[in-house]
Amino acid sequence: MFAELFFQYLVAGLTYGAIYAIVAIGFNIIYNTTGIINFAQGEFVMLGGMTAVTLHERLRLPLPAAIAGAVLVTIGVGALIEVTFIRWLEKPSVLRMIVITIGVSILVREAALLLWGQDVRTLPYFTGDEVSSLSLLGARISPQVLWTLGTCAVAVAFLSAFFKFTMLGREMRACASNRDAAALCGLPTRNLVTLSFVLSAGIGALAGCVVCPITYTQYNVGTGLAIKGFTVAILGGLGDSVASIAAGLILGVVESFSVWVLPTAYKDAISISILLAILFLRPSGLFGARGAR
Amino acid sequence: MKSSSARYLQVSVFAAATVAVQLTAQVSGKAYFLTQLTMTAYATLVVVGLSLLMGYAGQISLGHAGFFALGGYTAAALTTWDLGPRRGQAIVAALARLHVLVLRPDPYGADVLTVHPWAAFACAVALTAAVAFVIGIPVLKLTGHYLAMATLGIGTILYSVALGTPSLGAADGISGVPPFQLVPGLQIGGSPSIRVQNYYLAWALVALSMLLLLNLIHSRVGRALRAIHAAEDAASAMGIDTARFKLRTFVLSAALAAVAGVFSTHFNGGIGPSEASIMKSVKYLAIVAVGGMGSLWGSLTASAVLNFLSLRGYFGSFDDAVFGGILILVMLFSPDGILELDLRAALRSLLRKPRPTGES
Repeated sequence: MFAELFFQYLVAGLTYGAIYAIVAIGFNIIYNTTGIINFAQGEFVMLGGMTAVTLHERLRLPLPAAIAGAVLVTIGVGALIEVTFIRWLEKPSVLRMIVITIGVSILVREAALLLWGQDVRTLPYFTGDEVSSLSLLGARISPQVLWTLGTCAVAVAFLSAFFKFTMLGREMRACASNRDAAALCGLPTRNLVTLSFVLSAGIGALAGCVVCPITYTQYNVGTGLAIKGFTVAILGGLGDSVASIAAGLILGVVESFSVWVLPTAYKDAISISILLAILFLRPSGLFGARGAR
Repeated sequence: MKSSSARYLQVSVFAAATVAVQLTAQVSGKAYFLTQLTMTAYATLVVVGLSLLMGYAGQISLGHAGFFALGGYTAAALTTWDLGPRRGQAIVAALARLHVLVLRPDPYGADVLTVHPWAAFACAVALTAAVAFVIGIPVLKLTGHYLAMATLGIGTILYSVALGTPSLGAADGISGVPPFQLVPGLQIGGSPSIRVQNYYLAWALVALSMLLLLNLIHSRVGRALRAIHAAEDAASAMGIDTARFKLRTFVLSAALAAVAGVFSTHFNGGIGPSEASIMKSVKYLAIVAVGGMGSLWGSLTASAVLNFLSLRGYFGSFDDAVFGGILILVMLFSPDGILELDLRAALRSLLRKPRPTGES
């Protein structure tokens, strides 16, 4: 009995951990090309989920088309945000960018509230329904959990391949490692920054669609996800996407087991305490070597 | 000497403006505006402290609503927690003999034994300052994104503790907080009969804090802070203990927020978890941004206008959106506050073709 319960918590933790990891990767993509932490990252996840629900329920699009549509819409929003608020700023200070992206996240959230109201929404399960489950080592696992973990794995593999093997991916990495040098080589650095917002919005939206059946979505879920995603990005060392996955899974599992000893209401406090402890004791992250500033 | 007389002149002008606003409200039959204006004063106290922290110590804080709530909740809990049943315990009896505990009637007529508001006030401010001190030592070593996220995290922790703790009233917060008798004849409370008194008490507190802060920034400490803000490494090389000055400013601004929290809790008769929310912290930040970081009078003016409009509900359901929009516009076009706005230059930079980012 104990082992089964243990495994059940583990799977729940891994599911949430995978989502945190994807949000963290979204942070990293933008951070790497611009040095900006986009505090509106969680809003992309929310937009993805909400748009997919609307496309699926209102426009009666089949699920895959609704998800593809949601990802495209969110990509559009991400590009729009970059072009409107960030593209034309000359070497903005960090403080200024923090405040601007916080402002953007509020505007997106309020627009979502206006558009969709306060209702909690959800997508249907991709396969089966709420009660269908697979049995694995004595624990009951919803197929949606496998969808979530699978999508995260595919997305990460796709991104790694993109950054490693395509010309565009290499250009973005060049922009990340030294923007001035990249510009001197004739790379369109401003467009690459826009592209980083597009990628980041797309992957966030995809994550939002996949978890939607398990966690549900609402206009205000973005902030919490952004904090968790950032925690994970820091845990792994800012900018390091592979480490984010490990860090995400660790945080998800720790959070999941924390419910055993402490009230659920304190779950967020636990993960933030971990974040603070990491920031204070090991600011370069669990796996990072670079000094954090 | 000259600059110190200028400071007293500024505070006098401010005092005159406070009186003028009260008289205008009275004459135009809108005396009920004074209630929101009083709450505005308490929010302003948080704002000026934050402005000092951001402008002079160069530290962002997204957790100041948390400090406000920590002060408010401590005062609320201590002044509503009935110790009557524990009267037998030695420590309770000793505190009662020292008049730290007072017997007062609760709304239902029964007598309750609670901590005296002054003692609760001292506890609340001391606790908040202590928390800010302990947190501040590691947090203020961080910069940029890390500092923003760490303070955001602290705000979130305080919020979720307030929201998740049943003895703090969970989602309902604490209500039934008694009025605060400062001295005989002066009382902080929400009853309409003492509205004018409360208005002046609150703004007098703001004026006093302004005087304190203005004197501070024109002192040796203030010069050190400005040096830190201009060039931290250079200041450090000149022998300024940068970490200590930053920490002190952080503790001072947290303590101001706690004072505001205590008084506003007595004024409103209670406090809820939304006071600790991130959105509240972001609003304080937005107002400081509008007024200009480090410009105390600018921040005060921005706070007086924006908080009053927000509390009166002029922004309706767009309240959060208005603050988000303000935050973006100010930061895009005039990051030093709207008083520093150079419209022509801003337009020029908007219309100018984007240059490649190579040069710097």
